[in-house]
Amino acid sequence: MGKIMYAIEVENLTKIYGKGESAVTALADACIQVKPGELVAILGPSGSGKTTLLTSIGLINEPTHGKVVIDGAVVADEGWLPGIDLKRLRREKLGFIFQAHNLIPFLTALENVMIALEINHLTRSEAKFRATELLGALNLGHRLNNYPSALSGGEAQRVAIARALANKPKVILADEPTAALDTENGKNVMILLKKLAMENHSAILVVTHDHRMVEGFDRIFHVNDGRILGEEKNGM
Amino acid sequence: MNLAIRDIRYHRGRFILTSIGLGLLLGVVISMGGIYRGLFADALAILDSTKADIWVVQQNTNGPFAESSRIPEDIKYRIKAVPGVAEASPLSFQTIQIERAGKPFRFFLIGYDLNGFGGPPQIVTGRSIGQKHYEMVVAKSMGMGIGDKIHLGLHDYAVVGITGKVVSSGGDPAAYVSLADAQDIQFKKDNDAIRNDRERIGANLAAIQSLTPGQAKYLKQNITGITESTHTVNTIVARLAPGADLKEVQERISRWNHFRPISIEEQTKILTKGMIEKARMQLGLFRVILLVISAVIIALIIYTSTLDKIKVIATLKLIGSQNRVIIGMILQQSLLMGVIAYFIGYGLILLTYEKFPRRIVLEAFDLQVLFIIVIGICTISSFVGIRKALKVEPAEALGG
Repeated sequence: MGKIMYAIEVENLTKIYGKGESAVTALADACIQVKPGELVAILGPSGSGKTTLLTSIGLINEPTHGKVVIDGAVVADEGWLPGIDLKRLRREKLGFIFQAHNLIPFLTALENVMIALEINHLTRSEAKFRATELLGALNLGHRLNNYPSALSGGEAQRVAIARALANKPKVILADEPTAALDTENGKNVMILLKKLAMENHSAILVVTHDHRMVEGFDRIFHVNDGRILGEEKNGM
Repeated sequence: MNLAIRDIRYHRGRFILTSIGLGLLLGVVISMGGIYRGLFADALAILDSTKADIWVVQQNTNGPFAESSRIPEDIKYRIKAVPGVAEASPLSFQTIQIERAGKPFRFFLIGYDLNGFGGPPQIVTGRSIGQKHYEMVVAKSMGMGIGDKIHLGLHDYAVVGITGKVVSSGGDPAAYVSLADAQDIQFKKDNDAIRNDRERIGANLAAIQSLTPGQAKYLKQNITGITESTHTVNTIVARLAPGADLKEVQERISRWNHFRPISIEEQTKILTKGMIEKARMQLGLFRVILLVISAVIIALIIYTSTLDKIKVIATLKLIGSQNRVIIGMILQQSLLMGVIAYFIGYGLILLTYEKFPRRIVLEAFDLQVLFIIVIGICTISSFVGIRKALKVEPAEALGG
């Protein structure tokens, strides 16, 4: 039997802010593995360390200790690996969905998706084709030329999901993606994420404090005081 | 995808208003440059229109513009006789301020020999002065029409012609009269004063016991003849014959002791380095200050605009955007704003410069240099925003 290929592998991840007496351990010895196509939630209250975990996996926040492997490539081992191109990895391997949709206000829905593709060196026509296709698949074909200010919260979040999916990333990281939505829209977004994880074979890691939103997730990690307290498997 | 253009398109109202504001400021910078050049043009306007090679003035003076100079009119005959001089003509200058429509009005009166040169460079409307007395040609900027009359000294003078834009070194519009009229206006006393002078001279001579009545009468005639004479001018201008040596002609006239022959080059130096130097420096300083203010304003605009886009920049960084995309967005916006503001300023001055009270001369070289400076300022100013943008952490895109 061959070794299981994980999309995300985190071993003993620790993040300490500050030094000496003022040092604060935001995350201690976190270990997580997420397979491609899995929908995983990190559930915990505010200040529990879940966003620190997400930002470390998202190559934004340098871990103090521990190892991070994305799509089989070690990116951090007691700090970032020397010479590693974090931007390129974020561009090619990761997709981000934010608490607020974080769409660029001066770009239309179509352009917001296109920008992620153009940054990844797709030509303008290729980017336009792929973005139109993606937005159409998310039932936003009629909103292509609308600015974010003209979209509803649910529509804006779907555009953000389209942007996160644009480069077909191996890992999608979502930070409280339903926090700015009402319950119904929030559930719809979660259903959509589940569907996308299966279709695209992407690992989706969602950070949330709202346990109502994690229904149907493959696995749920409970976090508190910077530690992973336990793992809950859905339907297993 | 050009993010700078997209941002401008979305915030077009704010961008246009900012560019207009900056354009007005650059318009002032352009007009300052125009006034600076205009000072030169004004200072040299009469010098250029006279087309003389030598200006003969009173000895030890920098006349007739920078200093007072008085020389006898008949010296023109001696100057004409100097080998190498083709023609010589007397000129009289005076600044006059009168009341017009209840407001003070200044102009520069030039008296010239109708048979010589130094008169109006061209006639735009009407005709040249045709008779020795009571006619005048005025510069267009005097705002007078043909047939209008103006009271100067003891007489009324009728406008018979309009010339182009001739002004004094102080920027006052020029008016031309015959030399005889100019001398009358400047030197002729009214009848009461003449009678008084004659009585005083007569009384003084009568008090001299040794004079016989005949001698006293003869002396009185001579003295009053001299005191009542108006045949004084401010300068005699001369043109050289082809091939004549300027230095040689100057040398000859200098030897007469009472006169100073000033070459066109020396006169230009007197006018530009002496008379308008301070104004020139002041304007230059204002231009520098305004450019510094423009730079600060552009930097502030770009910086605040970058602050407004912190979340956008953080999001771009988070999704893996290269720094050049972010730098390009800030730099292109800064340059676009500068270029648009420059053309707004330029257009504004182009449409209004004729209406300025002082002459504005827009030279292509100055405009090109200013354009390059504006581009430089925009580039340097954008560094403030770029520096801020490069410091933005991708993590700032997270959270509410």
